[in-house]
Order: sequence, then C-alpha cells, then structure tokens
Amino acid sequence: MTVGTSADAVEPGRAGLQPRAPKRLRRLTGRDKTVLTLMTGVPTSLMVVFVWVPALASILLSFTTWDGIGLDSIKWVGFQNYHQIFTIYPQFWPAVWHNVIWLVVLAAVPTPFGLFLAYQLDKRIRFSRFYQSAFFLPVAISGALIGFVWELIYNPDHGLINSLFHTNNPNGTYLDWVGHYPLNLIAVLVAASWRHTGYMMILYLAGLKSVDPGLKDAAAVDGANEWQAFRHVIFPSLRPINVVVAAVTVIESLRAFDIVYVFNKGENGTQLLSILITDNIIGEASRIGYGSAIAVILLVVSLVVIIPYLIVTFRKERRA
Amino acid sequence: MTATTLAPDTAQPRSRPEKSSRGRRVRPGRIVLHTFLALTALAWLVPILWAVYTSLRPYSETQSHGYLSWAHTLNFSNFTAAWQQSGMLHFFWNTVLIAVPAVLLTLLLSAFVAFVVTKYDIKINLFLLMLFTAGNLLPQQVIITPLYRLYLLIGLPSSISDSGKMYDTLFGLIVIHIAFQSGFCTFVLSNYMKTIPATLSEAAVVDGASVWQTFSRIILPLLKPAMAALATLLSIWIYNDFFWAIVLISNGDNMPITSALKNLSGEYFTNDNLVAAGAIITALPTLIVYFLLQRQFVSGLTLGAEKG
Repeated sequence: MTVGTSADAVEPGRAGLQPRAPKRLRRLTGRDKTVLTLMTGVPTSLMVVFVWVPALASILLSFTTWDGIGLDSIKWVGFQNYHQIFTIYPQFWPAVWHNVIWLVVLAAVPTPFGLFLAYQLDKRIRFSRFYQSAFFLPVAISGALIGFVWELIYNPDHGLINSLFHTNNPNGTYLDWVGHYPLNLIAVLVAASWRHTGYMMILYLAGLKSVDPGLKDAAAVDGANEWQAFRHVIFPSLRPINVVVAAVTVIESLRAFDIVYVFNKGENGTQLLSILITDNIIGEASRIGYGSAIAVILLVVSLVVIIPYLIVTFRKERRA
Repeated sequence: MTATTLAPDTAQPRSRPEKSSRGRRVRPGRIVLHTFLALTALAWLVPILWAVYTSLRPYSETQSHGYLSWAHTLNFSNFTAAWQQSGMLHFFWNTVLIAVPAVLLTLLLSAFVAFVVTKYDIKINLFLLMLFTAGNLLPQQVIITPLYRLYLLIGLPSSISDSGKMYDTLFGLIVIHIAFQSGFCTFVLSNYMKTIPATLSEAAVVDGASVWQTFSRIILPLLKPAMAALATLLSIWIYNDFFWAIVLISNGDNMPITSALKNLSGEYFTNDNLVAAGAIITALPTLIVYFLLQRQFVSGLTLGAEKG
C-alpha cells in the first residue's frame, strides 16, 4: 500500500492523457502522504490479514491434510479431500441440499411477503409505525436467541404448538419438531422466515420511498388496477433494491448457522455447510483439510453472487 | 441518496391533509387491510410474548398445569434465579469489553478508508472499495478454519492473553469484528461521503489544511448521521454475534453473553421457565436499543442497500 508512489507514477507519463489525474495529490506534503498511507494502510492490513488471507488459505489447505500440530505436518494430497467429500462423506450432500432448500424457501416465502407488507405499509396508513416495529423486531434479535425462543414453541413435550394441538402424546400423535426430519427442517425454516420477512420489508420500504409518486398516479389515471400498477409500474422501478434483496437473501441462506446450531446443533437432518465446517474445527475430529474444502465450496458458491453484485454496484463508478 | 430520505415513515404526517380531502368515509379495503396487518403483527409477536409469559410463571405451576394454561401466579422469580445462578453479569461485561472498542474502531477505520477513497483520486481506490465490500459479503465460515489456526499461531503478551495466543482472548474477538465489519461500514460511509460536496474539502485545502485536518475538522463532523446509524447497527450486530465467539473462544468464562447463553442453558437454566427468563434478559439490551434508536437502526441497514 503506497499511496504516494502510485500517485507519483501516474503523473509524468499520463498527465496529458488523463485530465482528471489527481491534482490535489500533487499539493500534498510528505507528511500528508504518510497520513494517507496510514489511514488506508492500517484498515486494509486488518482486512487482508484477517479476512482475505484466511479466505485464500482455505483454498490452499483444502488440498492438504493437516492435524493442526506444527506447520511441518501439512501434507499435499491434491483433490483427495474433495473426492472424499463428494463420494463418501455422508453429511455433505444433505447439507448442500438443505442450503438449497433454505435459499428457495427464503426467496419464495418471506421475501415476497416482506415486499407485500412493505407495499401495504407504504400506503400511509395509520399505525404503520406499530406494524413496522412488530415485523422488524426479529431482525434486532440474534439468531442464537431466535433459536432459544422458538425452542419454547417447538419443544415436543411441552412446547406451544404440541400443547395447543395435543400432539405431544408419546403413545399417540407425537410430533417431534426438534429431532425428526423433515419436521425440524420446517421448524427452523419458519423461524428463519420470521426473521427474514422483517429484513426484506425494511429494504423494500426504503426502495418504495424512492419510487416517484407521480408514477403511481399516472398508472391510476391510465386506469390500471392496483395489481397492474404494481406489476408494471412499481415493481420494475424497484430494480436497484431487488439486486440488494437478491444478494442479501443468497448470502443469508449460505451464512445460516446460529438459529440451527442453537436449535439442534444441525443434527438429525438439519445440517448445513456452515455447520459441517464448524464441526470440523471444534468437533472431536479436527479435520482441517476437510473443513477447508467445504469452505472453498461455500466460497465458490458465494462468489457466484458476490461478483455479479460487485459488478452491478460499481459499474456506475467506473464510468463516472 | 441522503440519510434524511431513508427513514421509512418521515413522509407520512406531511401528506395526511391531502389524503383526508378525499372524504372521511371509511373504505372497506382499509378495514380488511388493518385487520390483516393487526392479526399478522400479533402473530409476529407470539414467539416473544410466549417467552415472556413462560418466564413470568413459576416452574412448579407450569409443571402441574402445563405450559399452556392460565397463569395463577406471575412474578419475576425466574429472572432473579437466572441472573443470580448463572453470573450473567460477568458475560454482559465481556460483551461490553468487546463491543465498545470494536464499534468505535470499526467506525474510525472505515471512515479513514472511505475518506481516502472518495476524496482522493488514487488508482487503487476502486480496488480497495471492492476488497472491503466483498470481504463483508463472505460467509464467516469460509474464513474460519484458517482464521482459527492463525489465532493459535499469533502470540500476544501475557498481559492481554492468559494463553499467550490470540486464540481465546477478547482482544482476538475485537480484531475479527473490526476486520469483518469494516467492509460494510466502509461501503456505507463512502456512499455517504460522495454526497458531501467536494468544494467543502477543496476550500479547506486552499486554506492550507493538511489531510488530517480536512478529515477531522471538515469531514468527520458531517458524518454524524451516518455514524449514528452505523453505531447502532454495529452495536446490535456485535452484541448478537454468536459464531466468532464459539469458535475463537475456548474458555467459557471469556465468552460474550450471546455465545455464553448456550453453555448457561445447559448448566444453570434447567427448565424452560429459566431458559425463557435468561433469553429475555439477554434480549433486553438489544430490545431497548431497538425501541429507542429504531430509526438509526433502520437507516443503517438501508444506507447500505442504497447507492449514492
């Protein structure tokens, strides 16, 4: 990170070609350049050392086996970890499948519902503030606490649901929302959707505020009914926020961890990739190569979302 | 995009008069809508209300009548029991020791980067901004395995770390929070700074202000609204963090409250009433911040979603 030199390098050759070459930098004193270097250097070093170096190290470690004791015990094994994960690791495909289900459910249920709520609450109705607070409340609570709170509802013996529907009879109908698949998967997805809805609602409310009110009026004058106006006028103009919503939804479904981990540790059929990675660190058998290989798979899937998002977000600036 | 347009319901009071000119008659559509919203909002609060209800009832009563029954006694005995038995105060204090420096330093360092990136035309600006933004979008689990190993390798003086390593220290948690959260904050603050007219800082430069003076006297004071929003958001996020601490902390005594709850529930919170009380005590600080600073919290989230 050398702010000073990069600026100097621009100057001599290209000054004529680039009218917007940094004028201000030329006036900077040596001390100013030091300050600028420190201001970017310190945060960037933290970011690189603690986020990007580990991300890249994940890739390297995924081709090795390592017991974690001493750096000299790292052994290169090529694609062996990947091969084993794909073929004989029983937890892997269910975890992938569950991450996919998370994504599909979050995208198909709470996201449109959040948009629906936002659309209704944007109509300047009374008590809007109260409704918003209620729907948004779960977003302020940690995933771990959501796991605890929903435990009280799902507990098969004395939770709210089974008490209410008398489905806690060990000799009769007994719905095990915690230990039995796919009930437990449904249970955590309901809890996750409970939270995701509020998040999406707030994002869409912000998006709707920036929609030109004249557009809605114009649609009404043209005789469009509410659905037509929404479908053809409002929704298309929400495109910028839809990009954010899509990115947030995918990342959230890849990151999903806390709720499930607290709810039932990702056992009995609720495992996720994030949980497998964690188990490979703090579980009994610390398999670093394995954990890293799963992390790399997660990284690759994330980049499929992150890269287009960055392109859309920063395209404007490159042109500017 | 300015912060003032972001709070979702600022437009409401202003536009009410024109609306009422349409007539006072109650439209059936609105009644349906209100009924729907009220019922849904109530349903949304059920999990919380159920936890509150459970926490207020003595264990003996729920044992004999079941959890789904009318309460004969409601008191705070579960709260006092949960608080005293588990020593929760200690874990709250850990959270304070982590969150306060983490929030302040994240904001400061992010403001540094955002300032340089937006106010100085340097070749690597876009690259830097992308590095920070992308870093924030990575799932935590992508970096955790090497990070865990890194924390075991980095030595710290024994005054900070009992084990002599970065692993299992509050310091380690502070560092990863700063590194991980600075991506989002840099992105938000750089968008916000673009709305500050360049003439302001240029005038300062003409007057002979140094880089540091331009930042601290001109730019930083103007960032207050964005900083307030981000500080609220970061406090809640860091308070709510569960993942970093359960992996990077091994000694239960070093855990912040959100992560400690898992151990406490196994050890001390032996029935659902105590679990509910412990969960509500833990949720309380976030809920207070949420209700007092909801606008900041919301605009922090939406600032990140809207581009300048």
